[in-house]
Amino acid sequence: MSDIENQIVEEESVSSGKMLLSMGSIGLIAGILIVFTFQFTLPYINANEAAYLEKSIFDVLPGAVTKKVFTINDQKNIIPVTDEEATSFKIYACYSANDSLIGVAIEARDQGFQDVIRLIYGYSPEQQEIIGMKVLQSTETPGLGDKIEKDPEFIANFDNLNVTLTDDKKSLKVPISLVKGQKSNDSQISAITGATISSRAVTKMIAKSAELNIPVIAKNINVLKHSAPQEN
Amino acid sequence: MVTEQYWFIFLNAALINNFVLSTFLGICPFLGVSGKISTATRMGAAVSFVMLIASVSAYGIHNLLVRIDAQYLQLISYIVVIASTVQLVEMVIKKFSPALFKALGIFLPLITTNCAILGLALFQTNRGYDFLQSLSFAVGAGAGFTLALLIMSGIREELQLSAVPNVLKGAALTLMVAGILSMAFMGFAGLGGQ
Amino acid sequence: MTELNVQADKMDVFLKGVWKENPVFVMLLGMCPVLAVTNSVINALVMGIATTFVLILSNLLVSSLRKLIPKQVRIATYILIIATFVTVADYAIKAVSLEVHKSLGAFISLIVVNCIILGRAEAFASKNSIGRSVLDGLGMGSGFTFAVLCLGIVREVLGNGTFAGFSLFGPDFQPLIIMILPGGAFFVLGAYLMFFNWLKERKKINEKIAEPDMAMAD
Repeated sequence: MSDIENQIVEEESVSSGKMLLSMGSIGLIAGILIVFTFQFTLPYINANEAAYLEKSIFDVLPGAVTKKVFTINDQKNIIPVTDEEATSFKIYACYSANDSLIGVAIEARDQGFQDVIRLIYGYSPEQQEIIGMKVLQSTETPGLGDKIEKDPEFIANFDNLNVTLTDDKKSLKVPISLVKGQKSNDSQISAITGATISSRAVTKMIAKSAELNIPVIAKNINVLKHSAPQEN
Repeated sequence: MVTEQYWFIFLNAALINNFVLSTFLGICPFLGVSGKISTATRMGAAVSFVMLIASVSAYGIHNLLVRIDAQYLQLISYIVVIASTVQLVEMVIKKFSPALFKALGIFLPLITTNCAILGLALFQTNRGYDFLQSLSFAVGAGAGFTLALLIMSGIREELQLSAVPNVLKGAALTLMVAGILSMAFMGFAGLGGQ
Repeated sequence: MTELNVQADKMDVFLKGVWKENPVFVMLLGMCPVLAVTNSVINALVMGIATTFVLILSNLLVSSLRKLIPKQVRIATYILIIATFVTVADYAIKAVSLEVHKSLGAFISLIVVNCIILGRAEAFASKNSIGRSVLDGLGMGSGFTFAVLCLGIVREVLGNGTFAGFSLFGPDFQPLIIMILPGGAFFVLGAYLMFFNWLKERKKINEKIAEPDMAMAD
């Protein structure tokens, strides 16, 4: 810093034309460099991003090999997404190698202990269960709250979490809830000791999203079942 | 619900994830100008003010860039606009309050290279805040920065009177104190929660 | 200058950045990334490399344009140049590894406001030859990388029991979680500065011990 201080040099007068010219040419070089890099790296970045998303989706739905993107419209109908950029809420239907529906991956986000938590979970309509969960983004306290993404026991809660619907298919039979200690039914999630608030945030997020989306999926199950992407 | 959101963004930037003590933005002025409470107050005010301007301009630029589909120019346009804004503020302060200008000295131009300002602009874009959310984020960040700076300068004024081992003198001591403060601020976690 | 002198001078330009004028431990510049991204060795290393990359290229360009840029607009042009290379680095990291990019977040973009880079452009590259400026950038960059690695290694090994992701102490190790928390960053950096102060103190004392003889001789 002291270096900068000493560098206040006597400024000789330069025409503003020259200043503009040099600024302009630097700007031009900068622009060319940036656009070139952007064009060059874009395909790699897109591929990385797609691979990352795909990996998370297939992680929560074991056995899936292909996926198709859908959204839920205001009439509670599930429709295929044409423009992925413009759609904010997306669900991913995933299919096995022989094109049968394995399940649906749904993204959820909400306020955690420190900041927003984003996660994705996989729902299997056939088993009426949530069969996997993965935290995509969180800034929970390292060593305590971040166990929601690292603690294998906690994550195992979501390997077969019962989300059976009521007979009229309007809501969950037993709402998802959080317990400390021993679980008494298979719709419960046992909290991480020392990270109750983070565990509760995750539970609430999934409970809310499941209550909202699973009845819609059940209603539209035929749409999902028969739209496996065509291999070509 | 909506007001809660704004309130939470404010709390988050000011206390829970304090800009200086837990996101580590604006460390240079935090270490450099936290010697005296009076200077710290002015620095805090200057930074908060610039933050507000930077937040508004960043919001405008971002929307413009999205419209013309040129997000790759984000960083370069943020820094240029923020730098020119700071220049402007500098000129205004120089004209209307030479005393303040003298007090802040070398650090005023350095607001440009203050990561708190650019960090604020980048964070609000990354998190997709709308206009009002961005404003509450900027106000919260400014308040958090000023708060951290004030606490630190208060402690350092007291410390001048105490006998400190030679090896701890200067930045080392400031950093140790900052560490303790940072741990204290962790107690705010959960404020906006459940 | 003789051949040997030139070599020694080059060595000196490079080495002063690494040790004598280490940007972090001695000049206390660029503290934000040093504290923010040193919670793991990988993050620290990527940050160090990215900063070095930007330092070298911005020094190169500033030094080669130093006679063409009018004094009045020099800071603005330096910032433009630096922002360009930071954007390039940002996209490059994104293309290589999305995970690393996600964990560093906005701090890659924030290299642009790292005082070291603007400081070197203004204090060194704007009045030295291209070769010397590149060497200076390399030296300062290595010094910075050295410093972030010093912090990253201590924080990851003690705070997580791992080194670059590999478990070191087995499953029974109780990590010192404070080390990867924000507070730990301040403590570790503070401890390093204490160590450097101690080195300085010791040197001073040694010199004092040597001095009395000279005083006697007077």
